[in-house]
Amino acid sequence: MVQNIIDVKNLSKSFDISSKEPGLKGTIKHFFRRQTKSLKVIKDISFEIKEGEIVGFLGANGAGKTTILKMLCGLIYPSEGSIMVSGYLPFRRKENFLKNITLIMGQKQQLIWDLPPIESFYLNASIYDIDKFEAKKRIKKLSEMLEIDEELFIPVRKLSLGQRMKSELLAALIHEPNILFLDEPTLGLDINAQRNLRKFLQKYNKETNATICLTSHYMKDITSLCKRVICVHEGAISYDGKLDLLLKKLSPVKEILIVCRSEEDAIKLENCGFNVKNKIKNEITIIIENNSITSSLKTILNNFDIEDLFINEPPIDEVIGKVLIKKDYDI
Amino acid sequence: MNLRKYLKVYKKFLHTSLASELEYKTNILVDLITAILSLVGSIFLLSIFFQNSGYIGGWKFEEALIIQAIYTILNGITNTWFNPNLTEIVKHIREGTLDFVLLKPIDSQFFISLKKINPSGFLEIMLGFLLLFFSIRINQINLNFSFLTLSLITISCSICILYSLWFFISTTTIWFVKTWNAIEVLRSFLYIGRFPLNSFSFSLRIFFSIFIPIAFITTIPSEVFLGLSALWKILLEVIVATVFLITSRKFWLFAIKFYSSASS
Repeated sequence: MVQNIIDVKNLSKSFDISSKEPGLKGTIKHFFRRQTKSLKVIKDISFEIKEGEIVGFLGANGAGKTTILKMLCGLIYPSEGSIMVSGYLPFRRKENFLKNITLIMGQKQQLIWDLPPIESFYLNASIYDIDKFEAKKRIKKLSEMLEIDEELFIPVRKLSLGQRMKSELLAALIHEPNILFLDEPTLGLDINAQRNLRKFLQKYNKETNATICLTSHYMKDITSLCKRVICVHEGAISYDGKLDLLLKKLSPVKEILIVCRSEEDAIKLENCGFNVKNKIKNEITIIIENNSITSSLKTILNNFDIEDLFINEPPIDEVIGKVLIKKDYDI
Repeated sequence: MNLRKYLKVYKKFLHTSLASELEYKTNILVDLITAILSLVGSIFLLSIFFQNSGYIGGWKFEEALIIQAIYTILNGITNTWFNPNLTEIVKHIREGTLDFVLLKPIDSQFFISLKKINPSGFLEIMLGFLLLFFSIRINQINLNFSFLTLSLITISCSICILYSLWFFISTTTIWFVKTWNAIEVLRSFLYIGRFPLNSFSFSLRIFFSIFIPIAFITTIPSEVFLGLSALWKILLEVIVATVFLITSRKFWLFAIKFYSSASS
């Protein structure tokens, strides 16, 4: 049986937030008498993650995904509840715990700006007490997996965002951690760079059985990497389970694009009682519920002169977008 | 603490920060020229103060040069280690990159205090030592073992006090976010350390001994060089340095519990 590597029980976190009224008067008042209020950003959440799992955290901006990730890796003290990661209390930041984890943030970097990435890799290797020979071996292996070579010897400031992100990953993985916390790792990357990064993470997970906790606003990251998602809404978990179950529940329909032989056929089809999304000349898009696809298609093919037909899933972004604004999903 | 590992990491720190700085040759050259001009300017200023009367606060110009030399060495250390690292703490906290430091299996205070180095500060340290040897010669100071030991102890204590003060102020960034001004005030007080403490009024002397211990930073080491310092003063400096160092350490460990990281 696969062991739980992350165990979170009734976790809450509150921050003291100061607020300021607009205008000069508000600024002066704010300077002399700052008004702060305690804001509960994480509200009594519980979940478990098994070793080797890839879990995506979904939520709108400010929902609390990053705060959860930072509590899991020990950067932020929880206000209430308990967290155990790999048998450790994260916020104690014990050396063996830190050697087991890594945090990668798409919008922050740890590489030394003026030097080639290879210098940062060797610096990290010495911090993690990895000897030069072993470090060289790991750099070679990871750079092959990430498909970077010459970039290792070019100053970071001269690298593209994609090359920099790959180097950041290499720097963060040189100590071969078991648990990866990734906070929007593909932020700002072009489509190819995003795809390469996802490919690498899949491969890394397969080869090392590392557990990956990921937040991302790019749905492709979530759908291609995560079987399980945890949806966070205003600091509480609104859904925790399989991604495909969530998609089925949220999107019980399919879009069917039908190309008719003539515009007259398309008009006839439009008036047949189907849920029509749009119609352009002889092309018509209808929406059919998953459980009646076969019978509906049979009717259409028997009664109309059809040139071509395409069955599409509704865009994933639209579907997931619904999760971000709803409080509860009872699957 | 694994000393071998820390030495290895420090060697890497030296290597990477020197390599980073050497990427900008002109900047280093400008820094070197600034260090030389600053020392020449300070000595010139000191000579103006001593022009009318041969003594200030009971100190001759030749003796005051020792304070200037110690100040230059300390300023060099400040520019080599404290300035590039401790001012960076503010940036780490504001931008949330302290996350990377706290997640490394290494002491976070060691990491943020020693990661960077400014090589142009080395010249200032060297110039300070040259001035110190020159002052020792013109003051006809007899160099012996006990003298060298006491000088080393007092200068080390000065470095510890200065570091602790600076580190303490930088740490408050965790709550106040911006503390540049406080660091600038500390640096301005340090300029006062170029002059003998006796040249100030009684109340200022008390202020610079108790609240901002500038007296301990430059005057006591200088008195050791001139054989004027009483043993109790040296012991007091050792105690003050130890208390400052321990307090700054405890304060850091306390403060990072309140670190909330920057939002993404």
